[in-house]
Amino acid sequence: MTGVDNNPLVEFRDVSYSVPSLSSPIISDLDFTVEQGEILVLLGESGCGKTTTLKLVNRVLTPTSGQVLIEGKPTTEWDPIRLRRRTGYVIQDAGLFPHFTVERNVGLVPSLEGWESTRVKERVIELLSLVGLDADRFAQRFPRELSGGQRQRVGVARALAADPPLLLLDEPFGALDPLRRASLQREFGELTRRLHKSAIFVTHDLREALRLGSRIALVHAGRLALIETPENFLNSNEEHARAYLETLQLRDDEEGFTGGNR
Amino acid sequence: MSFWTFLQQNRNEMLTLVLQHLNLVLISTSIAVVIGIPTGILLTRKQTLRNPVLGIANVMQTIPSLALFGFLIPLPFIGGIGARTAIVALVLYALLPIIRNTVTGILGVDRNVREAAVAMGMTDRQILWQVELPLAMSVILTGVRVAVVICVGVATIASAVGAGGLGVYIFRGLRDVGNTNLLLAGALPAALMALAADFSLGLLEQRFSVEAKTEKKRASILNKLVLAVIALVLAGGAYGTWRAARSRTHSLAGAARVVVGSKDFTESVLLAEIVGQMLEARGVTVERQFELGGNLPHDALVAGRIDLYPEYTGTAYTAILRHPSITDPRAVYELVKREYAEKFHVEVSPPLGFENTFAILVRGTEARRLKLKTISDAALHARGWRAGFGQDFMSRADGYPGFSKAYGLKFADQPREMDLSLTYIALASNKVDLIAGNSTEGRIAAMDLVQLEDDRRYFPPYEAVYLGRKDSLARVPVLGEVLVKLGNAITTEEMRQLNYEVDANKRGPVEVVREWTKLKGF
Repeated sequence: MTGVDNNPLVEFRDVSYSVPSLSSPIISDLDFTVEQGEILVLLGESGCGKTTTLKLVNRVLTPTSGQVLIEGKPTTEWDPIRLRRRTGYVIQDAGLFPHFTVERNVGLVPSLEGWESTRVKERVIELLSLVGLDADRFAQRFPRELSGGQRQRVGVARALAADPPLLLLDEPFGALDPLRRASLQREFGELTRRLHKSAIFVTHDLREALRLGSRIALVHAGRLALIETPENFLNSNEEHARAYLETLQLRDDEEGFTGGNR
Repeated sequence: MSFWTFLQQNRNEMLTLVLQHLNLVLISTSIAVVIGIPTGILLTRKQTLRNPVLGIANVMQTIPSLALFGFLIPLPFIGGIGARTAIVALVLYALLPIIRNTVTGILGVDRNVREAAVAMGMTDRQILWQVELPLAMSVILTGVRVAVVICVGVATIASAVGAGGLGVYIFRGLRDVGNTNLLLAGALPAALMALAADFSLGLLEQRFSVEAKTEKKRASILNKLVLAVIALVLAGGAYGTWRAARSRTHSLAGAARVVVGSKDFTESVLLAEIVGQMLEARGVTVERQFELGGNLPHDALVAGRIDLYPEYTGTAYTAILRHPSITDPRAVYELVKREYAEKFHVEVSPPLGFENTFAILVRGTEARRLKLKTISDAALHARGWRAGFGQDFMSRADGYPGFSKAYGLKFADQPREMDLSLTYIALASNKVDLIAGNSTEGRIAAMDLVQLEDDRRYFPPYEAVYLGRKDSLARVPVLGEVLVKLGNAITTEEMRQLNYEVDANKRGPVEVVREWTKLKGF
C-alpha cells in the first residue's frame, strides 16, 4: 500500500468544477485532504456537489480549475483506468450488473486485472464472508434475487475486490430501512478499520456522518463550509452545521453519536 | 383442384420459392445486422450524428418498396434485375428497426450500472461488450425481429425485379383471377415464415432478457398477431403499389393508334409483333404492351387498356368462359366468337391457321422404325416406355389423367414430372421415350421429333386467333383488314420456325417478324 511517501492519499487543491450550461459552478475552491486510513464524510444536502466531488477523485470528471492529487500525483496525469481500478466505488442501489451473478459482480475488477480464475474465485468467497454473505448460498444468485441490504453488501464486496487503498461511497446505505442501515454502518465501520482502508463517504445523513467519519466535511452550495472531527462538529457554531445539528436535537437522547468507530 | 393436391403437384417449385424467399430474408437481415448494430453503437457515441442518421433511415422506410426497386434498377453495382437489387432494398428497410433498437437499448441501460462500470475501471470497449450490449441485447433482438418480419413481407415484392421468392406465386395468383391456390401457396408460407421467425427470435430474446419473464408471455401472443398483420399489410400495400405502377393509364383517343398486347411467352409476342408491324406499315401508330402474365391480357382488353392480343380458342373457351372442354374445333370457335361478342364486345379474328395444343412427341428414329403415326399406334408400345411431362400437363384436367385414360396408356414407370422445356432434351437424349410438348415448339423439327396424331381427338382445339375490341375495329378500319389478311396465313411449321429463330437462335422478335412479313408479302 501507499503511504511510504508523505503525500496524503487524496488532496484537493482549490478545485472548482463547472459546466457550460450552468451559470454558477457546481464546486468552488474545494480544499481538503484525506489521510491514510481516514474516513472523510462529505455531508450536505442533495445537489450540493458531493457526488461531483467523488467523481473528481476517480477522474470520471476532471476539475475546471485547481487540482485533485492522488498520492501526490494530479488525476489528470493518472491513467484513468488504472486509477479507477485501485479505487473502490459503491453507489446507492449498489449499481450491480443485473446480468452478472454475485460472483461475477464481485470478481469483476480482479478479472479485468487478469487474475487467474481460481484466484478470483477464492477472493470472491473471502470477500463475501467479509461482508457477511455465505458464498455457497449467494455466489450464483443474480442481483434481482437479493434483498436491498444484500445487494449493498455485494456492492461493498465488489469495491474491495482488488484491495484498493481508497474507497469512494456515494450514499451507499441511502435506500435501506433504518434498522438495516444501522447494522450495515456498524459493520462497514469495523471493516474499514480492520482493513485499514481510506474512504470518502458521501451522505446527507448527519448521524451516519457522525457514526462513520474520522472527519466530517460539510459541503454547502459547492463550497466547503466546515471540516472537523465529529466531536468538534457537534460543538461547532458554523451556521450550516448548526442547522444540521438542530435536526438532531429532536432525538437528542440517542446513544453517543460519536461512539461509532473512533 | 384442392389446395392440398396443388401443393403435392407443385412441391418442387414451391420448395424452391420458399428457399429463395428464405435466402433473401436471411441474407438481407444478416447484412442489415452487420451494418445496423455497429451504426447504432456509433450513434450512441456520437450524439451529433444520431438524429441525421436515424432521420435518413426513417425516410428509407417511408419509400414505397416498388418505388425503391424502381430507383435501384438503373444504378450501377447495387442495381439491376435480380436478387441483388432485392437484397439492397430489403437491407434498407431492415436497417431502421435494428439501428433504432440498438440506440434505444444501449441508451436505456441503467445509468447507475453504466456509472458503476466506469468507476470500476472498465474501458469503453469492455463497457460496450460486457455491460451495454448484453443488457441491450433483448431490445436489439426485438429490432432484428421486426426487421425479419418486415423483410418476409417486402420480399414478396422481390419477384417484381426477378428475384424469385414466394411473391412469384402471389403475383401469379393475382393475375390468374380466381386461382386462390396460387395466392394461398404464396401467402401462407410467407405468413408462417414471419410467425416462425418471430417466435424463434422471441425465444432467443427471452434468453437475453434480464427482467422477470412471466409478464412478457401474455403480451407476446398479441405481439405476434400484430407483427403478422404488419407483414400481411406490407405485402398487400406492396402489391397495390406494383399494380398502380404497372397499369399506367393511357388514353386510346388517337384515331390511328392501336395498343397491342401479348402474353408472356415467345409465340404470343411474335403474333402480337406481326400485327404491330403490319399496322405500322399501314400508317397506324402502335403501342406495345407485351408480356402480360396469366390472364392479364384478357382483363386489359376488356378494360380498354389494350385494343387486341393473340389468344387460343381452347384457352378462351375453358379458362375465360369456363366451359368444360370439347373437341370440335368449329364448335369451340363459334361459341367463343358468339359469347365474346355478347359478354365483352370483343371480336374474334379468323383462325390464323395453326394450333398450339399439347403435342405428343416421340423420337423420329423410333417413329420410323415402329411406323408410328397416331397416339393409338404408340399406346401398343408404351408399356416398355418411360414418359416425361411438364408440371402443367401433369396437373391440368385435360392433361395426363384424362389423356392416359382416353388412350389406355400404361408406361413402364410413373411419368417423370419435370420442367417442360427440359422434356424435349430428355426425349432427344433417350432419357424418356414420350413427352407432351407444345405443337408449335421450334425445336421439334431441329431435334428430329415426331408429333403423333391425336386420332381420338382427345385434346381440345387451341387454334390461334386475335381478340380485338369491337370499338377499336370500328375506330381503326385497317385493323379489320389486317386481321382478315392474317386468316389462315400461318402454318404450324411456319410458327415452329418463327419460335425456333427466337428461342433457339436467340434473335429478336422484331427482326424475325420483319423478315417473315417481307417473305409473305404482307
